[in-house]
Amino acid sequence: MTSQPILEVRDLVVEFATRDGVLTAINGVSFHVDRGEVLGLVGESGSGKSVTGLAILGLIDAPGRIASGSILLEGEDLTRMREAQLRRLRGKRLAMIFQDPMTTLNPVLRVDTQMIEAITAHEKVSHKAARAKARDALAKVGIPSPDERLASYPHQFSGGMRQRVAIAIALLHRPALLVADEPTTALDVTIQAQILSEVQTLAQEAGTALVWVTHDLSVVAGLADRVAVMYAGRIVEQGSVADVLENPAHPYTAGLIGSVPSRNRRGVPLSQIPGMTPSLAKLPPGCAFAPRCARADAGCRNDPPVVAFGTARMHRCFHPLVTAEAAA
Amino acid sequence: MTTPILSLEGVSKRFVKPLDTAQKIARLLGSRLEAQVVRAVDGIDLEIAEGEVVGLVGESGCGKSTLGRVVAGIYPPSEGTVRYKGADTATLHGRERRAAELAVQMVFQDPMASLNPRLRVVDIIGEAPVVHGLVTRRDVDAYVCEVMTRVGLDPATRKRYPHQFSGGQRARIGIARALAVNPKVVVCDESTAALDVSIQAQVLNLFMKLREELGLTYLFVSHDLGVVEHIADRVAVMYLGRIVELAPAEELFRKPNHPYTQALLAEVPRLEPKKKTFSALKGELPSPLHPPSGCHFHPRCPFAMPRCKAEKPMLKEVAPGRFSTCHLNDEPAKAA
Ligand SMILES: Nc1ncnc2c1ncn2[C@@H]1O[C@H](COP(=O)(O)OP(=O)(O)OP(=O)(O)O)[C@@H](O)[C@H]1O
Ligand SMILES: Nc1ncnc2c1ncn2[C@@H]1O[C@H](COP(=O)(O)OP(=O)(O)O)[C@@H](O)[C@H]1O
Ligand code: SF4
Ligand code: SF4
Ligand SMILES: [Mg+2]
Ligand SMILES: [Mg+2]
Repeated sequence: MTSQPILEVRDLVVEFATRDGVLTAINGVSFHVDRGEVLGLVGESGSGKSVTGLAILGLIDAPGRIASGSILLEGEDLTRMREAQLRRLRGKRLAMIFQDPMTTLNPVLRVDTQMIEAITAHEKVSHKAARAKARDALAKVGIPSPDERLASYPHQFSGGMRQRVAIAIALLHRPALLVADEPTTALDVTIQAQILSEVQTLAQEAGTALVWVTHDLSVVAGLADRVAVMYAGRIVEQGSVADVLENPAHPYTAGLIGSVPSRNRRGVPLSQIPGMTPSLAKLPPGCAFAPRCARADAGCRNDPPVVAFGTARMHRCFHPLVTAEAAA
Repeated sequence: MTTPILSLEGVSKRFVKPLDTAQKIARLLGSRLEAQVVRAVDGIDLEIAEGEVVGLVGESGCGKSTLGRVVAGIYPPSEGTVRYKGADTATLHGRERRAAELAVQMVFQDPMASLNPRLRVVDIIGEAPVVHGLVTRRDVDAYVCEVMTRVGLDPATRKRYPHQFSGGQRARIGIARALAVNPKVVVCDESTAALDVSIQAQVLNLFMKLREELGLTYLFVSHDLGVVEHIADRVAVMYLGRIVELAPAEELFRKPNHPYTQALLAEVPRLEPKKKTFSALKGELPSPLHPPSGCHFHPRCPFAMPRCKAEKPMLKEVAPGRFSTCHLNDEPAKAA
């Protein structure tokens, strides 16, 4: 049985109207995530990861808009839904966690109030049953003495615990899709590992598809099944984590991998990508990576097309490091 | 052995957390509340040799930045002695004192928070060397250009303000400001990983280049074990204000001695495309207001024994050049 993917994003374009004119923050992005699968979405700041996540949740507000493309959740196009319909899906079939958990938590309400509200918004249950469910959810994300903790305010928790509460709320209704936007970036490695392990188990149990946004390739290496690498609003490479990390095709992916300090290259200068991330307002014509790319030539002033190759891999580059024939 | 460029002997730094209003009222009503004391840094001994890079790692709040600031002379220690080239910095006077102060500079890698937004870059970098008489006001412009070139900034941009630079460039401005007074030791506090990996790589490479060119000594504070593993010669691991392990980087990462170091290293995500099951160190860092008795790590330690609760383990040399504070090292049969 080839089942339909949980999420399928096709040719998504998101624009922002700004003083400098219309910026295309997301420029023709396509990917899918299957049931129980983890897709890592990586790229440097400003590459469009968060905007992609927000677009999926239908949270792009003016001056931004989804200019074209479709976002299919279990076959239904979210871009065509009315806000009321979307609201019913959010928190139930669709959930998101953010780098700052206070984005979802209300600082002036006790945790139990917030969780019970989140439960009863989508489910007809008694207050008592909702409270029990909230307690179980906290216990599941590893919060000690959940009964006592329910009666606390968010500020009484550490950063890591707050993030766990946000995750517990996101997973209350066993959503089909969870979009996580750098939820562990601000946390210690120890807490990050705890959270990754909890999310991993919960997603597996519930079959939740995960889109994990991060700038940290090593998180993707340990957590994701597939990875999509973004640069200046485009996915420049996509494939299984093993393929992409071991044999990157796009020069930008290779540069990112080379920038990560690791034990293999102790003391040796890191291979750095020259220059900096371009501003969307001043993208060069053709391949946006060209000014920083050692392989660029005059042809790169044209738009590199999507090239499918290997096993379910793609890149957008005229001179990839892995050629289609080599990968076949 | 030659005199270390820096040495810390029994250095502690305490902060007093005053009572809040509710607690003050409670005290008026007869409860025995005292102002709380955080031992952010608790009895640290550390020697840093000239030209060495020492990495300082540990979880948030364990006291890394506080120790860095004590080393850089920003905080006076509450207890203990900081020596620069053998001389107790607290007893130095006049010119010697100023020389010792200038010799140790701090670089914050949270660049926006540490650069005055109303000053032009030329003034940010040039201010201290003029104040300390290292260059005259007349020559400062040329001097700033030289320092900017050294850190890879275009001197033509020296009249701009910090917000007109990218994150990576601002990090370089912070580095240039520290280098402008010709320090011998640089304390880097990477308090947030504010930089993208590709930019971080540029800055780390710059640090290594400057070390070679100028013979600098670094105390490198970081959350990121990958970064520390990459650039440090020796690594100190902190837990709740104390150093729990100190060893050459390569050995520490290959075979950590202390159970806390072992747990910490197990959590580091690596660039190996292997879907791994994240297993986790239990619990969170206890509050530094009420550190556990004996070995601070015992509530989270998988090897804890009754003795660990009662008796504070001392930093002991467990192999040449390797130090660890764990009672297991007294029981060779059980040592990991
Ligand atoms: N000025 C201060 N007043 C009171 N307490 C302080 C002060 N500075 C630090 N502390 C406390 O001292 C302890 C150590 O803080 P420090 O900033 O050194 O941690 P750190 O290891 O650098 O953490 P991070 O990795 O989050 O930067 C913490 O408990 C902190 O709350
Ligand atoms: N509300 C907005 N108005 C204008 N531009 C925006 C807005 N939100 C995001 N952008 C732009 O879209 C691009 C992608 O941003 P984002 O998705 O947040 O990047 P990241 O990959 O760091 O998450 C950036 O250039 C950003 O400046
Ligand atoms: S298309 Fe050209 S400029 Fe772009 S990444 Fe490929 S080689 Fe480099
Ligand atoms: S002293 Fe005891 S509790 Fe502390 S690390 Fe060693 S075994 Fe664990
Ligand atoms: Mg983002
Ligand atoms: Mg700090």
